Amino acid sequence: MAELIRGTEVVVDDWTWVRLPETNEPVRKSAGKVVLFKLTGEPAASEDVIAACDFPAGKVLLPLSVWLRRRDELATRADKGEIGVWLDSHEEPAVLAESLGGNLNRLPLIGVNFPKFIDGRGYSIAFILRTRYGYRNELRALGDVLRDQMFFFHRCGFDAYLLRADQKADRCIGALKDFTTPYQTSTDGQPPIFRRRSAAGDRP
Amino acid sequence: MYRYDEYDHTLVLERVAQYRDQLQRNLAGELSDDEFRPLRLQNGLYIQRHAPMLRVAIPYGMLSSTQLRKLSDIGRRYDRGYGHFSTRQNMQFNWPRLEDTGDILAELATVEMHAIQTSGNCIRNITTDPFAGVAPDEIVDPRPYCEMLRQWSTFHPEFAFLPRKFKIAVSGTLEDRAVTYAHDVGLQLYRDEKGEVLARVIVGGGMGRTPILGSVIHDALPWQHLPTYLDAVLRVYNRYGRRDNAYKARIKILVKAIGAETFARQVDDEWQLERDGIATVTQAELDRASAAFTDPDAPLRPASDEGFDAKLASDPAFARWVSRCVRGHKRPGYRAVTLSLKPTGVAPGDISCKQMDALADLADRYSFCELRVSHEQNVVLADVALADLYELWLGARAHGLATPNIGLLTDIICCPGGDFCSLANAKSIPIAQAIQEAFENLDYLYDVGDLELNISGCMNSCGHHHVGHIGILGVDKTGSEWYQVSIGGSQGNLTSLGDVIGPSFAAEEVPAVITKLVETYVEQRTPEERFIDTVRRLGMAPFKAGVYGESTKKTEVIHG
Ligand code: HEM
Ligand code: SF4
Repeated sequence: MAELIRGTEVVVDDWTWVRLPETNEPVRKSAGKVVLFKLTGEPAASEDVIAACDFPAGKVLLPLSVWLRRRDELATRADKGEIGVWLDSHEEPAVLAESLGGNLNRLPLIGVNFPKFIDGRGYSIAFILRTRYGYRNELRALGDVLRDQMFFFHRCGFDAYLLRADQKADRCIGALKDFTTPYQTSTDGQPPIFRRRSAAGDRP
Repeated sequence: MYRYDEYDHTLVLERVAQYRDQLQRNLAGELSDDEFRPLRLQNGLYIQRHAPMLRVAIPYGMLSSTQLRKLSDIGRRYDRGYGHFSTRQNMQFNWPRLEDTGDILAELATVEMHAIQTSGNCIRNITTDPFAGVAPDEIVDPRPYCEMLRQWSTFHPEFAFLPRKFKIAVSGTLEDRAVTYAHDVGLQLYRDEKGEVLARVIVGGGMGRTPILGSVIHDALPWQHLPTYLDAVLRVYNRYGRRDNAYKARIKILVKAIGAETFARQVDDEWQLERDGIATVTQAELDRASAAFTDPDAPLRPASDEGFDAKLASDPAFARWVSRCVRGHKRPGYRAVTLSLKPTGVAPGDISCKQMDALADLADRYSFCELRVSHEQNVVLADVALADLYELWLGARAHGLATPNIGLLTDIICCPGGDFCSLANAKSIPIAQAIQEAFENLDYLYDVGDLELNISGCMNSCGHHHVGHIGILGVDKTGSEWYQVSIGGSQGNLTSLGDVIGPSFAAEEVPAVITKLVETYVEQRTPEERFIDTVRRLGMAPFKAGVYGESTKKTEVIHG
């Protein structure tokens, strides 16, 4: 069973993570406005699949594509705080922001998927959600969420971690503190080390 | 030199603990090899042909004699009594045991060293000019900026899993000695009229199988903004660099695909998120970092020394060494000395532990206990008094460290190649040795003069063959080892990529080919012209004719 850590506690997950069945239709990945190149292994869901996507009552964490196409039908549930949206590593935070009139804080939960832990795009997505869009609610790491990346997840703005099923929660919580004083700033409010140093009056 | 404070110390020790735990879990079967691999790579640990290979960071090439003695100690206890200086200003150990690597890192930590981010798809060790701080043509001492960037890049949480490795080089001189156009990011530091330090930011250079020179995306970035601006560069790359094909994953491919202007615009847009924010570097921090790189407490010395002049006149071997291995210094009465790690018969860059100890002693005695490692795989003593040069030469010579070949054909830059590297198409070290043997005649070698020869065992270009005046590349032809030769590459201000002269050669043909190239040069050169100048003036044709003969029109397909 995959465990959920929120902050530094293991909690019961009251959200259902909804995923679309895998397809093989490739996505055209774009860098800003320029269409760059086809990336393999990042399948786009077809309209049929999106339309057929079924999800239970209660709190659901939906794929971006489902949220975008079925927003009207989801409006009431969204108002009740039952809808969260997750981004895959190639998806654009800007698209999600646009769908919410720029106010991401209308969502109680945003997820970011790490299809493989070596795919580091999710860290930048988290940074952008927290800084560019000022998102303040729960930001959850999904997918290949492993002990050895916990420290980085946390620093980039994640505050919840749905662990891969084989991970031990206590070890992962411990790993949030692998390093006491990082060098650089990020979204976790740590000042860069040189500001600490001058505050402490350190001199070489 | 920069010394750790408690923050630096803590961080490195925490890394050792983290790595030990990862290694432990891997050995216990809790952490799969596939999952351990990216983690150990970020700790400089490759698994190579014979054994793991551990790459130790020498940040921007600066090394104290204490650190060098520790490297020697490690080489003795955990390796086979030697180490290898790479073109990345790192030291590599080729024979450590996996189980020992945690202990080695702990040993390194005792002398403020580590192997963090020396490999893997992350921001790598930052490199610079080995003559930083002493070069007469220096405009800005790059080391404080390198140190700022070392801290910025170490365990950067957002950029630990990039599409591919990311290498940054910094220079601060008129003549670029850090190959800034051939790195993922090159920073050229200079001053405006008011003396403020600015950076020219060059992005998207690199060698490998698609050699590309970088493009300038910001011409005048004030130094305070380096970390935030580089965050923006990395963020655009992290999100949009290709991840489907390792050979197309470097930033150069992204910059080429969308164009440098578009890339620059995206970076600028991203930069606004952090610009002038908390990560903007303070004057106090620059002062702190700069204080670590003040001139050593060196006594003032007269600009000339009679004893030195006398030895120069009476000892031709010494004079020869001085002419190749000693260069100017910004302070009168001092010189910067390059000790060659390229004697014939030793793999370029290899150094025995005994030599390391001797080198540490020489640094203590003659150069304020400090050394630098150059990307040409040699060692620099940067602050030697003119009056001490003769003694230093005697001491270095006694340990095989005074080969007078700096900048000459036999000062070969060479990757580990097929002897050690599992990616190799062909061996490279024996080729280097065969060429060195073919050019043993020092008088001839001196007459040929400045000539950079680089060898890589495969297209990954670890030996920088693209920017060698002569470049040699190992290629695989139906299972046997062949070598492709190019000419006309160069580093420095006129950085250029070499062109292949024609069909490739078998290993035993290579020394003769190099000899023919050199003979063609000697026949065709004008006085004062270096090999590379002659190639630039005359182009490929005479060299090609010299090697293949006028009439041979081979139709064989050239490997690439
Ligand atoms: C023996 C183990 C080694 C392995 C497996 C290895 C592997 C690689 C690979 C795969 C690349 C290409 C990366 C790319 O283009 O994306 C590369 C590039 C490079 N390697 Fe190595 N390498 C090894 C040793 C060395 C050594 C000993 C040096 C220094 C002498 C070195 C210096 C470099 C440099 C400077 C590049 C950069 C080329 C560029 O900027 O594209 N490598 N290496
Ligand atoms: S150039 Fe090729 S053979 Fe040489 S070290 Fe690099 S990867 Fe290995």
